[in-house]
Amino acid sequence: MTSFVRRTSRGALLALPALLAAAPAWAQDAVVNAGDTAWMLTSTALVLLMTVPGLALFYAGMVRKKNILATMMQSFFICALVSVVWMVAGYSIAFGNGNAWFGDLSRLFLAGIGTDWDKPFVLGAGSATPVATTIPESTFLMFQMTFAIITPALIAGAFADRMKFSALCIFIVAWSLLVYSPVAHWVWAPTGWIFALGAADFAGGTVVHINAGIAGLVCALVLGKRLGYGQENMAPFNLSLAVIGAALLWVGWFGFNAGSALTAGGRAGMAVLVTQIAAAGAVLSWTFAEWMLKGKPSVLGAISGAVAGLVAITPAAGFVLPGSALVIGLASGVICFWAATSLKHMLGYDDSLDAFGVHGVGGIVGALLTGVLAYGPLTADAANPDGVVVAGMGQFINQVIAVGATIAFSGVATYILLKIIDATIGLRVTEEEEREGLDVVLHGERMG
Amino acid sequence: MKLIIAIIKPFKLDEVRDALTPLGVQGLTVSEVKGFGRQKGQTEIYRGAEYHVSFLPKVKIEVAVTSDIAEQVVEAIVKAAHTGKIGDGKIFILDIERAVRIRTGETDTDAL
Repeated sequence: MTSFVRRTSRGALLALPALLAAAPAWAQDAVVNAGDTAWMLTSTALVLLMTVPGLALFYAGMVRKKNILATMMQSFFICALVSVVWMVAGYSIAFGNGNAWFGDLSRLFLAGIGTDWDKPFVLGAGSATPVATTIPESTFLMFQMTFAIITPALIAGAFADRMKFSALCIFIVAWSLLVYSPVAHWVWAPTGWIFALGAADFAGGTVVHINAGIAGLVCALVLGKRLGYGQENMAPFNLSLAVIGAALLWVGWFGFNAGSALTAGGRAGMAVLVTQIAAAGAVLSWTFAEWMLKGKPSVLGAISGAVAGLVAITPAAGFVLPGSALVIGLASGVICFWAATSLKHMLGYDDSLDAFGVHGVGGIVGALLTGVLAYGPLTADAANPDGVVVAGMGQFINQVIAVGATIAFSGVATYILLKIIDATIGLRVTEEEEREGLDVVLHGERMG
Repeated sequence: MKLIIAIIKPFKLDEVRDALTPLGVQGLTVSEVKGFGRQKGQTEIYRGAEYHVSFLPKVKIEVAVTSDIAEQVVEAIVKAAHTGKIGDGKIFILDIERAVRIRTGETDTDAL
């Protein structure tokens, strides 16, 4: 989902929608673009595949045998939970006009979705800076739903092996409504304050990855370490599942990044290209770093590198050229390798599957580098021939503000939610239950 | 009757099985086990977390034979499973008190 509103030196706001000038009245009589809509429907499917089964496999492959099913259940069930939450209020809070901080309830239970169902959707209609699209609203909201689904599913990587399912359900519903939707609103809704600021986050470096990564870190700290962490053998039971999951994430990410162009054209084309380059670069840098420092290039390292690169290119996907993408990939591979191995053990937190190390850190790296590497012409239009998102100190500062705000809000809000749930029903399973394994204790099932 | 229990390196299983057939051994039970003796384990690393794994995969063969061929069977296993490197395994010989073939009800040496 693109976001590039820039304050000119005179303070006027310029809205630059995906390739089209905003013209709400005209747009109401137009028809949706078949090519754009077909691509967006495809992207939606690709992004959903990233959660089910992509993330389910990626995470489940890394846990011990006794927790495989429970880990998969988290991704699968979150898909169902958030789908409904998004429909009921999440979408409205994220993309309703509301104010700069919070949407509204105009689309509560998707009220009114039947009107103009086949017309091109205007995001932020009625606001000062509407964004005209060429796709129906149902497609837009469905595409966004897949983002709302994967973000909390990512957090699960931080509390793997020890969270109660009941607590998970409540936490996910609350987090989706009170943390995800507001941040999505700030960055992607035309009335949002980060949108107005002009920070660039093409596909969710802040909204998805930093948001989930910080929330994950807070979860890891609040829930505490797994029993036996640091002493017992917690080796992955089936890394082959993780490899398959990572591959699905990689391919699905084309929908995640290039679908955020909202159109099928040059923007999407470039986004696919830079996504691939960044992923590849990060695989190489993580693998080589590990090879040099630990002696062997591991499979887990290679797939983790891929995800790190994909995370880092997420905010930049619509704003950089391949050369910059390679830089982003190589940098994120090494930095996330350091974060997931050294930093984690140095600071002693148990972020079981590196939600923070890969998604949080990778998102921060990518969001900041976007401010440094953005190629103006990709966002050029009649009013801004040099581009709206251009590398430079101004853009970099905007990125820092967006990153900082996301970290602060996600961290504090997640902490409060966790504490409330802990005080009421408790977050963590008992020691005995943790020893036994979540599969049989929470779900009554075994991997045999 | 003797029960011969042999813990061997997994890749030696086929060789051992082939060595026993000519001796008249008509059946055996195989399980995948883990264990260690003098052979040291390995270190596995997952995203910077190092695990020293001392249990190594082995294969356990249990074969029930008549006492007259027990020694030959043991020698055949030793020869087939031997590599000369640490971790080749061990063989234990136990007495069998009674044996029964479930399908027919035959007992003792008729059951082997």
